[in-house]
Amino acid sequence: MADERDPLHVAGEVLATRKAGAYRLLTIAAPGIPQRFRAGNFVAVSVQGGRLARRSLWIHRVKEAGAFGPTLDVVVHPTGPGTTWLAGLPVGAAIEVTGPLGRPFALPREPVACVLVGEGHGAAPMFPLAERLRERGCAVSLVVSAPDESRLLSALEARRSARSVTVITGDGSVGVRGDVAGEIHGVLERTDADVVYAAGSHATLRAVAAAAEQRGAWSQVGLETPLPCGTGLCHGCPVPVISEDGVSRLVRACVDGPVVRGDRVDWEALA
Amino acid sequence: MSASTDAGRGFGPVMVASGCGGTGRELAAFADLAGLDFVTRSITLDPRRGGPSPRIAETPSGLVNAVGLDNPGLEHFLATELPLLVRAGARVFVSVAGATLGEYADLARRLSRAPGVGGLEVNLGAPDQVGQGLFEVREPFHAASVVAAVRREFPADLPVLAKLRPDLTRVVEGARGVLDAGATAVVIGNAVPASMPDGRPAGLTGPAIMPVALRCLAEVTAELGPVPLIGAGGITDAADARRFLDLGAMAVQIGTALLHDPTTVTRVRAALTREETR
Repeated sequence: MADERDPLHVAGEVLATRKAGAYRLLTIAAPGIPQRFRAGNFVAVSVQGGRLARRSLWIHRVKEAGAFGPTLDVVVHPTGPGTTWLAGLPVGAAIEVTGPLGRPFALPREPVACVLVGEGHGAAPMFPLAERLRERGCAVSLVVSAPDESRLLSALEARRSARSVTVITGDGSVGVRGDVAGEIHGVLERTDADVVYAAGSHATLRAVAAAAEQRGAWSQVGLETPLPCGTGLCHGCPVPVISEDGVSRLVRACVDGPVVRGDRVDWEALA
Repeated sequence: MSASTDAGRGFGPVMVASGCGGTGRELAAFADLAGLDFVTRSITLDPRRGGPSPRIAETPSGLVNAVGLDNPGLEHFLATELPLLVRAGARVFVSVAGATLGEYADLARRLSRAPGVGGLEVNLGAPDQVGQGLFEVREPFHAASVVAAVRREFPADLPVLAKLRPDLTRVVEGARGVLDAGATAVVIGNAVPASMPDGRPAGLTGPAIMPVALRCLAEVTAELGPVPLIGAGGITDAADARRFLDLGAMAVQIGTALLHDPTTVTRVRAALTREETR
């Protein structure tokens, strides 16, 4: 039954690791996974030492060249025992990786104006997405935000991948002081956006989806819900969505998401 | 005591445990479903939304879950999930859970007419039966009456598995009761009653509970002699599976390990086959 769209479970290897502010950027050899990657996909990695839940990470970048074949980059924010273990992995460490997983961002058929919003490490999937959109002739505006500079992902790189970049920090250490919810209306206005993509906290995604709805723009949001298995097996990541018929039902963030239409999420129930 | 199986074929030796194979579609990327004994998540007559988030928490060598029987209900399951599993060649055991004996009987009757169902597994060990409004089977004779009700409605040549909670004080009596009531085999064990960090009722699974499941299995074998048993609880590799088989289990079920590594079933199945042919 396996086909080339199916995810793979492979024995990977950490090829490079570097600090990026509060994050750790890992470059991983995971044979077969980079070739199948589409922006918005994630990988689930197994943590060793009797920890059973997977850690799900946005795929940040796929590098085509290299002695190991294509590799993938992920951004790790060490906040708990699993991510701290991951962030501490040395070069050469073996790592079990499953991917690419999840429903990716859908790309517009026409060259339209797009706004991409990445909060914290939620900015990770926005860079490859920006590349795909630019290839299609879309005007890409990027918004990267974080509580402070240390959690701001690749603001420099952002300037290379987008026509305009808005940087927002909670403490005002870089860019505009504030948050996405406060700035998004202005950005959508300025860019005359047709489509808005976002990844980050539920509160931020809700604000983005609402702003897009107000302007009549499409929104697609990448949810950062904890995914116990990441593969659709455990039913442990329910997301309430409202279907065409107006009925709220639960879908799995890992296989029905993580990217979903912003106007379909039952934000009140998701809380 | 009957121990008939369909078409003379035994079980497993490696089966997918209830609630850890998704709808089957997701597992198909990591395991060849053809010829695989696949137990579905527990299906109820009506759809159930399941519990609130978070549903799963990590503990040392274990997971606690409060998924709360999230399932689409029998009708939807038959229309959308069963056909894929059957087409893929899995032998499908539908796990059933009900609020009353009548519901169990109804489930069994309707599943007996569904093309491609290979057997049933009666979930007698949901960690929060009362909270989920399920028929209370803490008393072994209640568990036996559920199995009897299901057995009456389900074709005699198809297996009915009874999955008991690994509760050492009850498991021998429970196993005797369900076997007398017509269960083809007893599955030992299920999630151990536990708590989510916030106090909600939950079930603990994973390697943390393997010693408990092994003890339950050993007690049943010691008391009842060689009866058809299927072992489950924290199995992650062939050596784990071998422990259950050596204690008298005819097959094993793998669940939680799939959430950590979705290829576990494939791996363990291949390793056991290699051992056999050596």
